[in-house]
Amino acid sequence: MQILVVDDEVDVRDLFQQRFRREIRSGELSFNFAFSGEEALAFLRSRPSEVLIILSDINMPGMSGLDLLSHVKKEFAMPPTTMMMITAYGDNDSYQKAMALGANDFLTKPVDFAVLKDKLQHLLA
Amino acid sequence: MAHSASYGDLFYLAPMAYGIGRGLSKFLELPKRLPRAHQLLNYVWVPAVPMVLIAGALGLKGDKLGDYYWVFVWLAIIATLAAVRDYRPARTLLLAVIPSALYKLLEVVQSASGLLMGRFDIAKDVSVSFVGIWLITFLFIARSQKKQLEKEQLLREEEARAKRAIEAQNAELERLVSERTVALTNQAEELRTALNELKTTQAQLIQSEKMASLGELTAGIAHEIQNPLNFVNNFADVSAELVTELEEEREKPARDVELEADLLADLKQNLLKISQHGGRAASIVRGMLEHSRTSTGERQPTDLNALADEYLRLAYHGLRAKDKSFNATLLPDFDPALPPVAVIGQDLGRVLLNLLTNAFYAVRQRQLRNEPGYAPTVSISTRKLGDEAELRVKDNGTGIPESAKAKIFQPFFTTKPTGEGTGLGLSLSYDIITQGHGGTLVVESEEGQGTEFIIRLPV
Repeated sequence: MQILVVDDEVDVRDLFQQRFRREIRSGELSFNFAFSGEEALAFLRSRPSEVLIILSDINMPGMSGLDLLSHVKKEFAMPPTTMMMITAYGDNDSYQKAMALGANDFLTKPVDFAVLKDKLQHLLA
Repeated sequence: MAHSASYGDLFYLAPMAYGIGRGLSKFLELPKRLPRAHQLLNYVWVPAVPMVLIAGALGLKGDKLGDYYWVFVWLAIIATLAAVRDYRPARTLLLAVIPSALYKLLEVVQSASGLLMGRFDIAKDVSVSFVGIWLITFLFIARSQKKQLEKEQLLREEEARAKRAIEAQNAELERLVSERTVALTNQAEELRTALNELKTTQAQLIQSEKMASLGELTAGIAHEIQNPLNFVNNFADVSAELVTELEEEREKPARDVELEADLLADLKQNLLKISQHGGRAASIVRGMLEHSRTSTGERQPTDLNALADEYLRLAYHGLRAKDKSFNATLLPDFDPALPPVAVIGQDLGRVLLNLLTNAFYAVRQRQLRNEPGYAPTVSISTRKLGDEAELRVKDNGTGIPESAKAKIFQPFFTTKPTGEGTGLGLSLSYDIITQGHGGTLVVESEEGQGTEFIIRLPV
């Protein structure tokens, strides 16, 4: 299953690759990384219908996670992409907006990887 | 009076002499000028008494007694006038009476010696008129001199009075001046106290402005610290997992050496990342502490690119924390050739924070107008420009109206709603750049298009 992680922090890549090293090794999950909303959109456009899950930070300079979310929901309606939003500010306002835009889930930083793994397992099943 | 026939003349000559004496005494103001002469003149009649008594007793039938007495009176008058000759009317009177006295004397001497000449009689008539006219003329002159003197005296008294009045006024003025001086001294003291209080207040205001901007920063700082802390925690956790996995691998009979090497490499890399992110958090805390501290005023060679980057993030996340829906494109453009510049880091940081906060505020305001296609953008750039370092903070926000441009660097000028801005930010920034660093801070702005602040610092 292809997962695209979008975050402006570069070290997120190393973190995810280590946290999910067993899943990656076993070929269960495959990760791609984008460091801005714009980069994520470009990636999606270049490889349509490959990515099933997008994990995106909300607070990024330039195109925010919410902007990305609305673009994705408009451009990539089929196949349905699962969007999980992550934010450092666990405020209700962002949550409401994300849900209104069609996000499938909402996580707060620091990300609990055990919970994230569960959610991903659930999606896989 | 000249033709006294017997001593009977003395009965009217003596009172007359007394009268003349009193008149003279009064005219010459003898009681105050020469009291002794005044007393003597009062007794001018006295010699007439023994003369009458002796003449009466001896039965003298002489017609000379009156003449002799009269000569005595003349002499007494002349003596008196001579005694007060310092007084000008007295001298004039002396001049007036001398011919009359001389004439009388001559007459007495002549009648005593018994000389009688017809010619002399004619001369005598002429002389009498002449002496009389002379006497009267000089009497008038003396009188007018006296009046003149009295007038002068009055004038002098007037002047003296005026002088006294002026002196009194001077004394009053002196008193007023000293009073006023005391009042002014007190006032100066009060002003000095007030000035000191103002200076204290100013220092407090500057400090509270810093604290206000620190308040704006708090959320940004929290976010900025939270991120590296999350990484530290995550990498520490995942490293513990890696170590567990490594241990498990070593227990296996068939060890995967390649996997072990990978795990070790990851571990090493993670430790490096933990250290990096820990350092990042520490530097943010350090920056925050520096920002809140009172300026030490010491210039240190500083990497302006790093400073600008740090404050760009702090300002952005500070605003983000307050206004979750806000988003802007940040365009940092740092000149890697920029050498370290000697600046007071926390002061310059405050300037950048202030300019950036304003920039974000401006783009936010414009964003709220819902112009189609508007992308809020804030850029910060550094550049080496000859022997100057240039920092530019640019936004495409609401811009500054012409009417406000001249005032933006004035203390307490703010366009923000009450309670949102202290109005000190730009004024303090201006002072920090121009006075604190010998640089320049200028603004270029077009209303509705954006604003650019340009800082130039000597390298």
